Amino acid sequence: MSGQHSDMSQQHSEPAQALLSACDLRKAYGPTPALAGASFAIRAGEVVAVMGPSGSGKSTLLHCLAGIVRPDSGTIGYGGRDLTAMTDAERSTLRRTEFGFVFQFGQLVPELSCAENVALPLRLSGAGRKAAERTAFEWLERLEVDDVGRKRPGEVSGGQGQRVAVARALVASPRVVFADEPTGALDSLNGERVMRLLTDAARQTSAAVVLVTHEARVAAYSDREVVVRDGTVRDMAGAL
Amino acid sequence: MSIGHTLLGLLESGPRHGYDLKRAFDEKFGHDRPLHYGQVYSTMSRLLRNGLVDVDGIEPGDGPERKRYAITEAGIADVGQWLTQPEKPEPYLQSTLYTKVVLALLTGRSAAGLLDTQRAEHLRMMRVLTDRKRGGDLADQLVCDHALFHLEADLRWLELTAARLDRLAKEVGA
Repeated sequence: MSGQHSDMSQQHSEPAQALLSACDLRKAYGPTPALAGASFAIRAGEVVAVMGPSGSGKSTLLHCLAGIVRPDSGTIGYGGRDLTAMTDAERSTLRRTEFGFVFQFGQLVPELSCAENVALPLRLSGAGRKAAERTAFEWLERLEVDDVGRKRPGEVSGGQGQRVAVARALVASPRVVFADEPTGALDSLNGERVMRLLTDAARQTSAAVVLVTHEARVAAYSDREVVVRDGTVRDMAGAL
Repeated sequence: MSIGHTLLGLLESGPRHGYDLKRAFDEKFGHDRPLHYGQVYSTMSRLLRNGLVDVDGIEPGDGPERKRYAITEAGIADVGQWLTQPEKPEPYLQSTLYTKVVLALLTGRSAAGLLDTQRAEHLRMMRVLTDRKRGGDLADQLVCDHALFHLEADLRWLELTAARLDRLAKEVGA
């Protein structure tokens, strides 16, 4: 943790054992409400799928939880602190040091090699070039793409690029990984491979994974799912 | 699945006892539904009657005699014909889920709740199959994938139906 604490009077009360939780989030883009009282909680080491139809608010929920977007109201608790009360700089530090991200596409820096991309979070946190590259190659090997380490993102396939992105998301040992449609641009075989490697690696490192997907076969890699409908979250564990 | 054709196909590699046939079937195709001995012996009797297998030998033992079966030329032709015939696609027009949704609407119960519960149950089963794939060999993966794709199709229907519940309620006169 960065040690840059916000006003502790705005401490967030989290559900028992939750690593990250949100309570009554509301967010509108102009007159359009994206979140209308959404609540969510995830424990350490847990993989939770966030499902729901297009436009239901699931990506907005992920962006709020990750501190990318500030909700209009509601609280987001992480480690006893309220993300919504943090400054932009504090949230930026938190994202770099505690969170990892995998998006559908366009997330790798095209000018850097795949290994340099993976090493980037470590370099930004002050690691030396050689040490960062060594760790990057260990992660590339774990994701079964060490053979493309010296290539640039434009020279590798979509499936390989996505595994490089997963390696980059996990290289700095994040406590939470946010994955927004991580297999959306991949065929079934590559998508399954990415999901297997992502969830295996996250479980081995006890990272929590917030997985936004509209694909049931991708959600089946999670421990449980929630459904976002009309800006609110339905926990499907309660539906059984 | 045609158990008779599958057992015949297993005999093409060489004669086998009924017990061996059951074991080979269960190992390759049984998964959650292993064959009963009774099914094997009744099927083999039928195949024998129809000239698709012969008794290749009988071994006396403490229990009942063990017959070894061999496939005949007619049996080989029958398997060949079965393999080249496409399976009839199943349209599932008599869907229990559809019936439940309509009945829920007609009786003033929560159709949305019913769909949510079903959705959670489908995903629970998909998780079981996905876990099985993780630890399984290629054969396991292919069998599980077949089931997963069907469950996924059901889930897509559940989503679509959930999005059209208001319209459906009007159309069925609820």
